[in-house]
Amino acid sequence: MAQKQFTVKAETGIHARPATILVQTASKFDSDVQLEYKGKKVNLKSIMGVMSLGVGKDAEIVIHADGSDEQEAINSLEETLKNEGLA
Amino acid sequence: MSSILKGIAASSGIAIAKAYRLVEPDLSFEETKVENSGMEVERFQEALSVSRSELEAIRDRAKVDLGEDKAAIFEAHLLVLSDPELTGPIEDKIKLESVNAEAALKETADMFITMFEQMDNEYMKERAADIRDVTKRVLSHLLGVKIINPSMISEEVIIIAEDLTPSDTAQLNRQYVKGFTTNIGGRTSHSAIMARSMEIPAVVGTKEATVEIENGDLVIVDGLNGEVHVNPTEEVIEQYKKEQAGFAEQKAEWAKLVNEETVTSDGQHVELAANIGTPADLEGVRNNGAEGIGLYRTEFLYMGRNELPTEDEQFESYKAVLEGMEGKPVVVRTLDIGGDKELPYLNLPHEMNPFLGFRAIRLCLEETDLFKVQLRALLRASVYGNLKIMFPMISTLTEFRNAKALLLEVKEELVQEGVSVSDDIEIGIMVEIPSTAVMADQFAKEVDFFSIGTNDLIQYTMAADRMNERVSYLYQPYNPAILRLVKMVIDASHKEGKWTGMCGEMAGDEIAIPLLLGLGLDEFSMSATSVLPARSQLAKLSKTEMESLAQEALGLSTNEEVISIVKNAINL
Repeated sequence: MAQKQFTVKAETGIHARPATILVQTASKFDSDVQLEYKGKKVNLKSIMGVMSLGVGKDAEIVIHADGSDEQEAINSLEETLKNEGLA
Repeated sequence: MSSILKGIAASSGIAIAKAYRLVEPDLSFEETKVENSGMEVERFQEALSVSRSELEAIRDRAKVDLGEDKAAIFEAHLLVLSDPELTGPIEDKIKLESVNAEAALKETADMFITMFEQMDNEYMKERAADIRDVTKRVLSHLLGVKIINPSMISEEVIIIAEDLTPSDTAQLNRQYVKGFTTNIGGRTSHSAIMARSMEIPAVVGTKEATVEIENGDLVIVDGLNGEVHVNPTEEVIEQYKKEQAGFAEQKAEWAKLVNEETVTSDGQHVELAANIGTPADLEGVRNNGAEGIGLYRTEFLYMGRNELPTEDEQFESYKAVLEGMEGKPVVVRTLDIGGDKELPYLNLPHEMNPFLGFRAIRLCLEETDLFKVQLRALLRASVYGNLKIMFPMISTLTEFRNAKALLLEVKEELVQEGVSVSDDIEIGIMVEIPSTAVMADQFAKEVDFFSIGTNDLIQYTMAADRMNERVSYLYQPYNPAILRLVKMVIDASHKEGKWTGMCGEMAGDEIAIPLLLGLGLDEFSMSATSVLPARSQLAKLSKTEMESLAQEALGLSTNEEVISIVKNAINL
């Protein structure tokens, strides 16, 4: 089980294109990947789950990964968050 | 079998191509119990996988044809399609409840659609549409029904539809869509306006295009005469090909007039202006060389939303139009709502006779809070160009005086607040009610200009609802009764040194133009695409000769007689 906390910097929060890319990245890994915001956890491989959280600017989010490639998943998602200017 | 459908010529030109039906397929089904739920899950996964490869192909095509931006929507659809939170519950439902895949899919998707629609965020609400689209696609594969994929069109087509909405057209590849025809709509419906801005021929209101025309039928859309030919004979095709070439040649001739002044053969100048609904229409205005905006319909700012537009929103739109026109005149019509144009959020009671009821200036003078917001926005924008304000549906001088007083009151407030407001804004009225036309001499002393709204003036003068097809024969623009009213208005304005324009369909009509020129009309305002043909026509007409023609027309008895002398005089 690996996890890491981020603060969302993007003006629009996790919406639209960034959400799409996060989900695409998470889906590449075998581990279960979850996104936690305000105590609610959703499957980070689910676009509808991610969008239903309504993550806005300055939100504190935690990404959890559980499985054989959990650490790679966290690293890769961290990179995506940075590349997309999300965190 | 060849056949001809009659409709309304909504956008000029001739298109000949194969039919492409943009018609929603029937995706209805019964909920049933399945015996082997394992096989049902497999059937569902099969439909998912077919849908996925179909969407991937569409996305790749869209990237090439429509650009990354438009393709992004299909990327989103693909993600929804592979979303474990959607597919998981559907599979569970099939297994646990032994229901068919169609029912499991529909029920689960509907739950998500409701959830997204209830979110307090426009973006999220739009996602509900994505889920709906994806559900339709998978359902169609489960049911074995062919779904329409307009973005996959790869040959020249004519679109056949019940009606066309803005979202339908966003997906159409303009390179291949040569024309369209719809069952419903009129010259001012969204589909018609869009066809004119895309500059492709269209015939709307054919009633049964989707019934009569099959995919692949050869179709001719005659946007000049309002006819649609289905599977025409070789002879008809040949004849239309000639007309098409002739029209293209003529368009090229017209295009040379873009930067020219509008001058008659005897050297008289008249102004040709364009009618617009939003700042986005300015491009068409420039491309067609209009000398001003004769009618800016502000109601589009108020329509298609859930609350009134704010003062700042309105200000930005007015400013954009005024700046875009670079000092050329812009006549803005204040809110003309009511009648056939409803605003659900105003909760106006239903009326028996909406065209004779609480609409336009009548409503604005009652709901002054709403009206003042628009007047403030207009006055604030006035310093960015050549603004003229016009009040719609004026039937008495008292109404005009009250509206003007309100405008001056708002201006005073703005000046007090230190906001700069232009001091030379002309204030005029629409003449669309016979009482106002008859009293034009009195109005002319107080207004700065008239603009004749012919669509309404004709329906009120003839007492014929223009939406009622059974009395459409009474819609007679050239009836001497109408011409006499028009003359009264123009003469009254000139007597007081004022001017008269016209902003109805009639101003761009080739039979009406010679008469209106002869009656002394100063400004002709029309769809942007009619400007160049009108300029070309006016250049061939002598104002002096048209004065005699108009004089003769005023003394005739019927609409038909007038049409016939005009056609004779100008060799139509």
